[in-house]
Amino acid sequence: MESVDLLYKAIYILVIFGITLLIATYSTYFERKIAAFIQDRVGPNRAGPAGLLQPLADAGKLFFKEDFIPAKANKALFILGPGVAMLVATMSSAVIPFGDMLIVGGREVYLQAIEVNIGVLYIFGVVSLGVYGLMIGGWASNNKFSLLGAIRAASQNISYELAMGLSLIAVLMLTGSLSLREIAAQQAGFNWNIWYQPLGFLIFLVCAFAETNRTPFDLPESEAELIGGYHTEYGSMKLGMYLFAEYINIFVVSAVMSTLYFGAYNFPFMENLRQAISDPVLANNVVTIVGVVAMFIKIFLFIFFFMWVRWTLPRFRYDQLMKLGWNILFPLAILNILLTAGGILLKDYFF
Amino acid sequence: MESLFFFLASLTLLCALMVVISKNPVHSVLFLIITFFTISGHYVLLNAQFLAVVNIIVYAGAIMVLFLFVIMFLNVKKTGGDNAMKASTISKFAGAIAGGLLFIVLISALKDVTVAGYNPDTYDSQVGMVENLGYVLYTDYLLPFELTSVLFLVAMVGAVMIGKREVGESHF
Repeated sequence: MESVDLLYKAIYILVIFGITLLIATYSTYFERKIAAFIQDRVGPNRAGPAGLLQPLADAGKLFFKEDFIPAKANKALFILGPGVAMLVATMSSAVIPFGDMLIVGGREVYLQAIEVNIGVLYIFGVVSLGVYGLMIGGWASNNKFSLLGAIRAASQNISYELAMGLSLIAVLMLTGSLSLREIAAQQAGFNWNIWYQPLGFLIFLVCAFAETNRTPFDLPESEAELIGGYHTEYGSMKLGMYLFAEYINIFVVSAVMSTLYFGAYNFPFMENLRQAISDPVLANNVVTIVGVVAMFIKIFLFIFFFMWVRWTLPRFRYDQLMKLGWNILFPLAILNILLTAGGILLKDYFF
Repeated sequence: MESLFFFLASLTLLCALMVVISKNPVHSVLFLIITFFTISGHYVLLNAQFLAVVNIIVYAGAIMVLFLFVIMFLNVKKTGGDNAMKASTISKFAGAIAGGLLFIVLISALKDVTVAGYNPDTYDSQVGMVENLGYVLYTDYLLPFELTSVLFLVAMVGAVMIGKREVGESHF
């Protein structure tokens, strides 16, 4: 690879990293604002205009709190836990195509950090590692309730990963590729996968809620009924990192859902826009930039949806959660695979 | 590339050793997970990305989580603690003999192996890609592949049978 390409990749990765952190930071603000709106309150409005500096104030508060490590805790693993959670959360946005291709000075610049031919599996693998952060933290606290919280989180994540993987398989059967760039390119215009995979999307959405430990599946940290969960013993910025990792996960899962089911950077009447501009280079760049905006609008809508659900639905009971995962979503996902396979065969047969 | 391989290989060996040496079983499991990662690194060096990721999903992402589950619940204390696992002399001897026998088997199996050198004419860099792997699995190795899936099905049925709560008096 040329050094210019390498430099560009490095800059792009840094930018994506920054955007991820920025969106996660402001997700905390919007979560509180949306909660306030739904509950007919005002929400944070002290720090800065309309409370816009609230995330900074929160971060400052967390950083300056006493960094406490319990005496009998396994010190190394206690520190490692939040780090693993954060690392894994930020890793997965590497393969997501946030936009198509820009042409800058005759050079084709893809708006994707790394293109691997197994992008979907990469995301799935990284998501399946997310559980280690919780388990290590919960165990290293040397507290029975933390351990129980960690086990609760881990069994939930493992259970919902299966249905999630099976709903992904239907998408892969449809697209015939594991590369996210390829999947995004196949959904050009308004030809989105959601029209072919409504059931698969629903399963994926429910599993995404469970994987990110969001309400109605936030059993790992149901602060009102069970005590905290895996982060009971955590305080200061270590707790902050766990909570922050959750928001990064929401962003990443929203991006993955937009890419897999909602056409990534594609938007309706894309080709009309391309043809309306006579200069091909300019046309390509305009379409790409509008595409990036479309991608981020989709991501923000999903993030809003996550928050909307949180302040609307009550929490599941744990046995109901397990039942939903294993007895309903799992068979439904297999049914979805069979339906998709049948559909593909029928399409070949009739058309 | 060469130095990367040696770095990965030494890291793999070090982590694998730490799995055995660690006093704390949870540390052992975590080192085993790192070992799986380094092995995945080797797969990537061999241009077999699919294998690398599947190795992480299946072993690091699923099986080792269950390992960690069980070990965290058992909460085995470090050796030397109040309820340390005491190994008798006989079991130490038995372990040494069994391990030595395994070592002999490995040596005898690998004694006459020659490294098939790298031939640029016949070498296909795409051989590890997911398309080629799928093609080979569903044509040349179809029967073993299907047999393996039947084996998995049997294991799954067995697990369900064992885990199922029976009505009435339990006999085991």
